[in-house]
Amino acid sequence: MRQTRPVVNPNVQGKQYPATAPYLVGREKIREFAHAVKSVSPVNLDLFAAQAAGYTDLVAPPTFAVVIQERSLATVLADPEAAIDFSRVVHGDQRFSYVRPIVAGDELTSVLTVASVKTLGAHSMVTFETEIFDIDQQLVCTATSTLVVRGDE
Amino acid sequence: MTIKFEDLEVGQQIGGLEFLLTRDSLVRYAGASGDFNSIHYRDDVAAAVGLPGVLAHGMLTMGVAVQVAVNWVGDSGRIADYQVRFTKPVVVHPVDGAVLTVTGKIGAIDGESRTVRVDLAAVYNETAVLGKAQAVVRF
Repeated sequence: MRQTRPVVNPNVQGKQYPATAPYLVGREKIREFAHAVKSVSPVNLDLFAAQAAGYTDLVAPPTFAVVIQERSLATVLADPEAAIDFSRVVHGDQRFSYVRPIVAGDELTSVLTVASVKTLGAHSMVTFETEIFDIDQQLVCTATSTLVVRGDE
Repeated sequence: MTIKFEDLEVGQQIGGLEFLLTRDSLVRYAGASGDFNSIHYRDDVAAAVGLPGVLAHGMLTMGVAVQVAVNWVGDSGRIADYQVRFTKPVVVHPVDGAVLTVTGKIGAIDGESRTVRVDLAAVYNETAVLGKAQAVVRF
C-alpha cells in the first residue's frame, strides 16, 4: 500500500494567525462589489438612501466580508506549516454572522483561527473562523469558511 | 413597501430573480472581490485541472442569490446572518453564460429576536447549486 501524506497538516487545528493590517472600506469599493453581485439595494449604492436608512455611509453587501476574510486566508495558504495546496482547494461552505453591517469608512482587521481539520479518505476538510473587528476592537462579523482540499485518489 | 413582521408566515414565498452570469460577470467579480483564481476566466486552466469548463466563483453565486432576500427587505444591512453550502458548480459558457434562478421562502420566524430566516433555492441547468442557503433578516 502506498503511503499517503495528509493534504493538510492536522496539527494546525486550533492555530490562530496574527491580525491582518487594517483594511479601509471605501465607498467606491462597496459600489464596485455591489455591482459585481448584481445588487440594486439603494443602501449599497446611494449615499442619501443609506443615510436616510440610518447608516453613516454606504452599506456593504452581505457577502462583502469575504474581501476581509480573503486577506487572512492568504496568510494561511502561504503558511508552510499548514501546507495547503491551493490548486486542490474547493470551497465547501461559507457563513457570515454580522454583529452590525460593514459600512464605508470602517477600518477592519481580521483574526483567523483554524477551527478544525478533518480527514475524509484522501481528502481534508478545513474550517476557518475569521473574526473581523473595527478600529475600536469591536467584533463586526464572524466569517466561517470550509475548504475541501482534494488528495490523490 | 413596508413588510409587517406580524403578518409573515412560515412557507410564504418572498419572490425570485433570474441572473445571467456571463464571463464578463466573472471578470467583474474577480476584480471586485480580489479572487483572481484563473479557473474563473481561462478555459485552458479549467480544462487542465479537470473541470467541465470555466466556473462561476462560488462566492459570486452566493453573493447574487442573497439579493432575493435583500430586495424583499429593501435594506442589505438587515441581513444578520447568511450561509450556504456549495453543492454543484456553475459552468459559464463563453457565449451564452449561465442562467441562475433564485427563489426564496420564509423558513422560520423568531418572534423573540424579531428575525426571519429566508431559505433560498438557487438553480442552474435544472440543478440546485447551493445547499442550506439561509439568510436571517432582522426586523
